[in-house]
Amino acid sequence: MSSTKGSSSTTEKNEKSDIQILWDNYIENTPGKYKIMDSYMAFIVMMGVIQFVYCFIIGKEPWATFLAGFISCVGSFVLIANLRIQSNPNNMKEIPKITPERSYADFFVCSVILYLFVISFIG
Amino acid sequence: MAVSAVNLQSLKKSKDLLCIVILALIAILAFISRLLSVVRFESVIHEFDPWFNYRATQYLVNEGFYKFLTWFDQVSWYPLGRVVGGTLYPGIMITSGIIYKVLHFFNFNIDIRHICVFLGPVFAGLTSIATYLLTSEVCTKSAGLFAAAFVAIAPGYISRSVAGSYDNEAISIFLLMITFYFWVKSVKTGSSFLAACTALFYFYMVSAWGGYIFIINLIPLHVFVLLLMGRYSKRLYVAYSTFYVLGTIGSMQIPFVGFQPATTAEHMAALGTFGLLQIVAFASFCRDQLPSESFKTLLKRALIVIFIIGITGFIVLQRLHIIDPWTGRLYSLFDTGYAKKHIPIIASVSEHQPTAWPSFFFDLHILVPMFPVGVYFAFKKLTDENVFIILYSFTAAYFAGVMVRLMLTLTPIVCVTAGICMSYLFDNFLGYKKSKATVVKVEETEEVLSGNESTPESPVSPKINSPKINSPKMTNSPKIHNKLKKSEHNSQKQDNSESPSITFEIKLIVTLSLLLVFCMYVWHCTWVTSNAYSSPSIVLASRNRDGSQHIIDDFREAYYWLRQNSAEDAKIMSWWDYGYQLAGMTNRTTLVDNNTWNNTHIATVGRMLASNEENAYELLRKHDVDYALVMFGGAIGYSGDDINKFLWMIRISENVYPEQVKEENFYNSRGEYRVDDSVSPTLRDSIMFKMSFYRFKDLYPNNQAFDRVRGTTVYSKPIQLTIMDEVYSSENLLVRIYKIKKPDNIGRSLQSAAVFNSGRRRKRNRKSRKYKQQKIDD
Repeated sequence: MSSTKGSSSTTEKNEKSDIQILWDNYIENTPGKYKIMDSYMAFIVMMGVIQFVYCFIIGKEPWATFLAGFISCVGSFVLIANLRIQSNPNNMKEIPKITPERSYADFFVCSVILYLFVISFIG
Repeated sequence: MAVSAVNLQSLKKSKDLLCIVILALIAILAFISRLLSVVRFESVIHEFDPWFNYRATQYLVNEGFYKFLTWFDQVSWYPLGRVVGGTLYPGIMITSGIIYKVLHFFNFNIDIRHICVFLGPVFAGLTSIATYLLTSEVCTKSAGLFAAAFVAIAPGYISRSVAGSYDNEAISIFLLMITFYFWVKSVKTGSSFLAACTALFYFYMVSAWGGYIFIINLIPLHVFVLLLMGRYSKRLYVAYSTFYVLGTIGSMQIPFVGFQPATTAEHMAALGTFGLLQIVAFASFCRDQLPSESFKTLLKRALIVIFIIGITGFIVLQRLHIIDPWTGRLYSLFDTGYAKKHIPIIASVSEHQPTAWPSFFFDLHILVPMFPVGVYFAFKKLTDENVFIILYSFTAAYFAGVMVRLMLTLTPIVCVTAGICMSYLFDNFLGYKKSKATVVKVEETEEVLSGNESTPESPVSPKINSPKINSPKMTNSPKIHNKLKKSEHNSQKQDNSESPSITFEIKLIVTLSLLLVFCMYVWHCTWVTSNAYSSPSIVLASRNRDGSQHIIDDFREAYYWLRQNSAEDAKIMSWWDYGYQLAGMTNRTTLVDNNTWNNTHIATVGRMLASNEENAYELLRKHDVDYALVMFGGAIGYSGDDINKFLWMIRISENVYPEQVKEENFYNSRGEYRVDDSVSPTLRDSIMFKMSFYRFKDLYPNNQAFDRVRGTTVYSKPIQLTIMDEVYSSENLLVRIYKIKKPDNIGRSLQSAAVFNSGRRRKRNRKSRKYKQQKIDD
C-alpha cells in the first residue's frame, strides 16, 4: 500500500515530507519485536505479489495450488497482524479480554487451521 | 455488605442453574413438538429431497467416505448419469454418517433411517440453544430464553425440521445461528480464536446448505456498515479478516462450491470488504504515527487513487470474464419477474414463489408485531451487535417477502427480536419496584455481566431498565452509557419513592394480557404443527365421515409394485418431482429428478409428455423408457397432480423446444385450460392427458365421470392409448403406471397395429383420421 501512496504524492514537496515524518515516527516509536513482525509482513506481501504476478503472466494452472499459496500468504499476513494488534499493550483498552499470552495461543490455533486447509488444498 | 455479597453469589448461582434448566426444557420441547409427524403417521422420510439425502446417506454409510465423494450415480438422469459427489452439499449426510458410526461404536445398533428421521428434531433443539446464545450476547439472558422458547415452536422453522424432514435446512438453521453467535462474540471481544470458530461453523454451513451465501454477504455488510458509521475498531479487523481468510479457504474445500469464492460475483462483496478493511486498518495505523493535519491530506489523495484502482480493476476483471456474473437464482431474488421470463424451472417450484401476506402470520403468529418492536429496541441501543441484528432483520425480511422458502431464514431473527422486545416489556412491567433489594442485585449483576463489565458491587437500585423509561439521551458508546446509567442509579437511589412508577393494576393487566398472547401463540404453533407441517406428503391423510383418520398410501403402494414387478434395469419416465422418490423407493433408473441440473433433459421429458402418441413414442424409444408414471388426483381430489403441473412442464419445454411445444395450443378456443369436452385438441392428444384420464370414465356409471380437482366433468369420448399398456393403477388412482410397448414385430406403427387388433379395417380408419385432421385444421 505504501508504494501507491508514494506514487500519489510525487509532485508536492510538502507531502513527501509527510511520508518522511511517517517513516521517522515509525522508526522511532516502534519496539524491536514489532519491527520484526512488520518486516515479516512485508516479506509475505512480497511473496503474495510475486505469486500473483506469476499467475497473471505465466498462467493460472494449477489454479488450486495458486489459490492455496496465495491464500496462505494473505492468511499469514492477517494472523500476524492480529497477533501484532492483540499483543500490543496499547490496545488493551480496545481489546480488554485478550492478554498477550492468549493472543499467541490464538495465533497458534488459527495458523493450524489455516495450514490444514492449505495443505489439503495444495494437492 | 459481605453477607449480601455471599447472598448475591448464591442467588446468581441458582439463577444460572435455573437458566440452564429452562434452556434444557426448551430444547427438549423443541425436540418433542417435532415428533407429531411420527405420532400421526409413522417414522418415514418425508417429501422429495429428503429421499435423495436418505439414499445418499445410505450410500455413505455402506460404501465409505471416499467412494461417497467420488460417487457417480448411473441410476439417475438416464442416460447421462450424475456426478453426485461433486454436485451436492454433503454436510447433512456426513453428520448423520458420523452419528451412525459413533453410535455403532458404542454398540447402539440403530438403523440409519431412524437417525435420518430424528436428525431434524435434534438439531432443532440445538437451534434453540444457539438462538439463546446469540440473543443473550446482544441483549440479556432473559431475552435469550424468550427467543429460545419462541424459536423452539415457531411454525416457520418447524415446517422444515419435523421428524422425517431430512433436508439440508434441518441442520443449517442451527449452523446459521451458531455462526452468527460466534461472529457477534468475536466482534465484541476481538478474539481471533472466536473468529476461527466462526469460520469453522461457516465451513460446516457451506458443506450443508446453499444458503451460506446469506452469511458471506451479511457479515461483510455488517462490517461495511460499521465502517460507514465510523466504527472501525481493531476488534473488527481481527474478527473479520480472520473469519474471511479461514472461511474462504474452508469453503473452497467443498467440491460443489469449488473455486466459486474466488470467481463469482456473489462472493465479491466479501472480498471487497476485506480489501477495504485492510486499507482502513493501514490508514488507522498511519494515523497513530502522524499529526492529524498532514494525515488528512495524505488520506484524501490515497483514497482517490485506491478508488480509481478498485473500480478499473473490477471492470477489467469483468470484461475479461474472470469474475462470473450472478446466477439466475440470485437474480430472481432482486427481480421477482426474472425467473418467470427466463428460467421457468425455478419459477415452477412452489417454494420459490413470492410469499403471500397471510403466510407471514401463519408462520410467525404474534411474533409479527413484536418483530419491529424488537428492532426498535435494537435501534435505541446502537451497539455493534445491535447493528448486526438490525441488518439481519432487514435483509431477511426482504428475502422472505421474495421467496416463500426464505421464510426459514427470517424466522430465527424474528424470534431473537421478539425475545428482546418481550424481555424489555417484562423488565418494566413485572414490578421490581416492590421486590427486595437482593433480587434487584441479581438482575443488576446479570445486566453487568452481559455488558462485559466486571464490577460486582454496582449500586443498588430498584429499576434496572430505568434508562428505557426516563433516561436522558443515550450515547453510543456502551461504556459511557454504563457510566451514565450508574450515575443515574445513584441519583435515583435518593428519590426512590418519588420516581414516576407504573401502578400495580397496569402491571397486572399488561402481564396478564402478554401471558394470554403467549398461550395463543403456543396454541397456534401446536395446531399448525399438527395440521399443516407434519404431513409426510408421501402418505396422505383424510377424514372419514365419522371423523376417524383415513390414510391414503398410494405412492408407496405404486412404488412398491414397481420395485417388485419391474426388471432391475428398467427405466422409468416421470416428471422430475418424483425422481428422488422413485430412486429411493423403487431403486430403478429415472430420467430426471429433483436435482434440476440439466434443464434440457427436463425439457425433453416435458416434451415427451406434451406430444402426441406418435412423436412421444419416438422420444420414449430413444430414451429406452420402459415405464411411464403419472400422478392423477382427479379421482380423490389431490390437487398437486400432474395435470395441474402440466402447464409448467409445457413452459419449461417451450423454453428449450419453442418449435415443438407451444403453450397457447394447450388452451382451448376460449383461452382456457380445460379438461372437459371443450379441451383443446393438442392437450387431448398429449400423452399426459391420455395417461391421466385413460379409462377414468369406467369408474363411473353412465358417463358421469367427474374430475374432483378441476371440478368439471371430463372429456366424454373414449381415450385410445396405443403406445403403452396400463399395468398398474393404485387404489385411489393416484399413481398410474404404464408400460411402453415394444415396436410392432412386423414393422407396423403401433397405432395401425392397434386398429388392426380392434378388428376394424384399415382403410376406414385412414378415412376417419383424415376427416379428423381436416376438422382440426378447420
